[in-house]
Amino acid sequence: METILLFAPLVGALICGFGWKVLGETAATWVATGLLFLAALLSWIVFLSFDGETQQIQILRFIESGSLSTDWSIRLDRLTAIMLIVVTTVSSLVHLYSMGYMAHDENFREDESYRPRFFAYLSFFTFAMLMLVTADNLVQMFFGWEGVGLASYLLIGFYYRKPSANAAAMKAFIVNRVGDFGFALGIFALFFLTDSIRFDDIFMAGPDLAATELTFLWQSWNAAELVAFLLFVGAMGKSAQLFLHTWLPDAMEGPTPVSALIHAATMVTAGVFLICRMSPIMEFAPNATTFVVFLGASTAFFAATVGLVQNDIKRVIAYSTCSQLGYMFVAAGVGVYSAAMFHLFTHAFFKAMLFLGAGSVIHGMHHEQDMRNYGGLRHKMPYTFWAMMIGTLAITGVGVPAALFTLGGGEVGTPLGFAGFLSKDAIVESAWAKGTQISSYAFWLLIASAVLTSFYSWRLMFLTFYGAPRGDRHTHEHAHESPATMLVPLGVLALGSIFAGMIWFQSFFGEHDNVNRFYGVPVHAEETGGDAAGAEDHGEDAATTTAEGDAVVAGWTPGQGAVYTHPDNHVMDDAHHAPKWVKTSPFIAMLLGLAVSWWFYIRNPALPAALAKNQRPLYLFLLNKWYFDEIYGFLFIRPAMWLGRFLWKRGDGSTIDGALNGVAMGIVPFFTRLAGRAQSGYIFTYVIWMVVGIAVLITWMTIAGGAG
Amino acid sequence: MIGLEHYLTVAAALFVIGIFGLFLNRKNVIILLMSIELILLAVNINLVAFSAFLGDLTGQVFTLFVLTVAAAEAAIGLAILVCFFRTRGSIDVEDANVMKG
Repeated sequence: METILLFAPLVGALICGFGWKVLGETAATWVATGLLFLAALLSWIVFLSFDGETQQIQILRFIESGSLSTDWSIRLDRLTAIMLIVVTTVSSLVHLYSMGYMAHDENFREDESYRPRFFAYLSFFTFAMLMLVTADNLVQMFFGWEGVGLASYLLIGFYYRKPSANAAAMKAFIVNRVGDFGFALGIFALFFLTDSIRFDDIFMAGPDLAATELTFLWQSWNAAELVAFLLFVGAMGKSAQLFLHTWLPDAMEGPTPVSALIHAATMVTAGVFLICRMSPIMEFAPNATTFVVFLGASTAFFAATVGLVQNDIKRVIAYSTCSQLGYMFVAAGVGVYSAAMFHLFTHAFFKAMLFLGAGSVIHGMHHEQDMRNYGGLRHKMPYTFWAMMIGTLAITGVGVPAALFTLGGGEVGTPLGFAGFLSKDAIVESAWAKGTQISSYAFWLLIASAVLTSFYSWRLMFLTFYGAPRGDRHTHEHAHESPATMLVPLGVLALGSIFAGMIWFQSFFGEHDNVNRFYGVPVHAEETGGDAAGAEDHGEDAATTTAEGDAVVAGWTPGQGAVYTHPDNHVMDDAHHAPKWVKTSPFIAMLLGLAVSWWFYIRNPALPAALAKNQRPLYLFLLNKWYFDEIYGFLFIRPAMWLGRFLWKRGDGSTIDGALNGVAMGIVPFFTRLAGRAQSGYIFTYVIWMVVGIAVLITWMTIAGGAG
Repeated sequence: MIGLEHYLTVAAALFVIGIFGLFLNRKNVIILLMSIELILLAVNINLVAFSAFLGDLTGQVFTLFVLTVAAAEAAIGLAILVCFFRTRGSIDVEDANVMKG
């Protein structure tokens, strides 16, 4: 079943990409979509029937070379199962959505066939992403990693007649190369250290790595720290973290379904998945994880500030994605991998929906993307409006604070709220609970980001759906609701955005036992008793409970279960016992952002422009994305251009072409003329040379004693 | 007593005369043919001399073959010469430079 699940998208891509001339366009796209829905169905079956026990399903032998032995097999554990449903669900819905969205496209001529190509790329992307998440070793993962990069490149540059789309595609590919270089180095280092690239072996080696020193760049490093850092560099590139984030906003040049699938829900979360997958290494690298926390929090804040002032509806959501990825990295960095996966899971639903909703608006508004030309659309497209509303409620984190009310009893009750509310709270509490300096830096930045997130999300809603219509009147008159193929995915994702958090809260971020069982982490019987005792006096004394929680995780080795948490890692338990103000703060942040946004865009719409005028330097700073592109342009692109031009003009033009031309046009004709002169055409000349030759030969034979 | 050396000397002299005839001659293609005959004769004398000296008949048999081939070659050479004269109207070696590169 897992094999069918894995290869259905590939088969779909091949049939759709190569067979559409036989099948016809519509049939080919339906085949691809149908196979994706099959994969999604199987994924849900796998996810729901999965018992937590790690399974390996071998497909074939991949590479055998020396001590490197690589199978191509599926590693099915809880992390994989989560990613499977995220990837296939969003992907199948995006396929369905694209039926409507890509039906007509002004970037292509009437008689051109572009839809099968689009669907083939989408299916291929899904296959590569499944390869990534089901990988059983690092090389297989790297294959998927590069495969999604390729698919991303192809899809960003799908409108190949637009120079900006081509440039964005190249930018995405090249910036990702930087991260991939780090990832590749990490794989090399792991193979060098453990002589294996299989996850099982690597996970077992975690504690040894922490005690190993490794020389890299003329300096000695702790092996675990170095590997964790290098892997995180890879994750930074793929997940658009600070310094390697510049490609993500530009990637919005691709069609909107692509943005929803690749640049919001699945591919960009691959970095988070990688960190969670590598938890047995990460847990032994405290400095590297501190860096992860720092960078994640900084990215969350940075992207949120930039999102405040962007006018392109897709760019706002793109920065929002970047910011939410920062949240996930903070969670992974503080050691609560399940919270990171939780946010990844819920984020996939609501962010895909926001993007698809934005796509619906763009579709209805004749490819107008500037929010300044929207306004008052909630009557024109009510379904889209309500879908976007649910998405916004989810991303801003609307719910009843856990301090006031929870569903169900037990040690940790399930809060009532939208999906994003539960997962974001989990991350914020975890950041607080870690208790180090960097994590409190992260905590405050995340709270600030929550305010900003709420502000820009509501700004998007208010500018798009409320107020008076702005911009081209003709466009507004023709604004229309999207077809059913686009609305159905919105509806399904809306359900996910509302309920995904509440249904799986206990599994991802509930009591320790629940989470362990969910991830298939073994629990020793006698120690479970201790935990139950600890559960009784929770609340009064957090320290006692965490001491008991300690006992639960002790006694198992890395590699068992989907994620590993160090015996000393009590962050999740501490997070459950965070003070009420911590648990309530994201909620207050949300209200604050909403209030300010309402004041700015409903109550007093002239205020933002006035503020932008007053605070012009700040406004420009944010509008230009902290000048990252300009700095990179100066630091890297200009020297690279100079070097390229130098090598082109001097190296290629003068040296290589010059040498070839010199040989072909100077030296060879010179010798040709010389040889031509010897060729007189008179027989006697040839004869004399023959005789001279024979004379020389005989003389030489005589002197050298050829006979002897 | 006339020994092997004398024969060899005569043969060498003939051979050198033949060679010089090949490339000092600028006038007549017929002289080229005659020079080639001289060279072949020099070889024949060598063969016969060594044959007599070593008491082995093979050399003399070989000489007969060479003579046959030389006769055939002379016939072909003269035929080419006739053709050459018909087309060019001259048998000057100076004129035969079609092979000039």
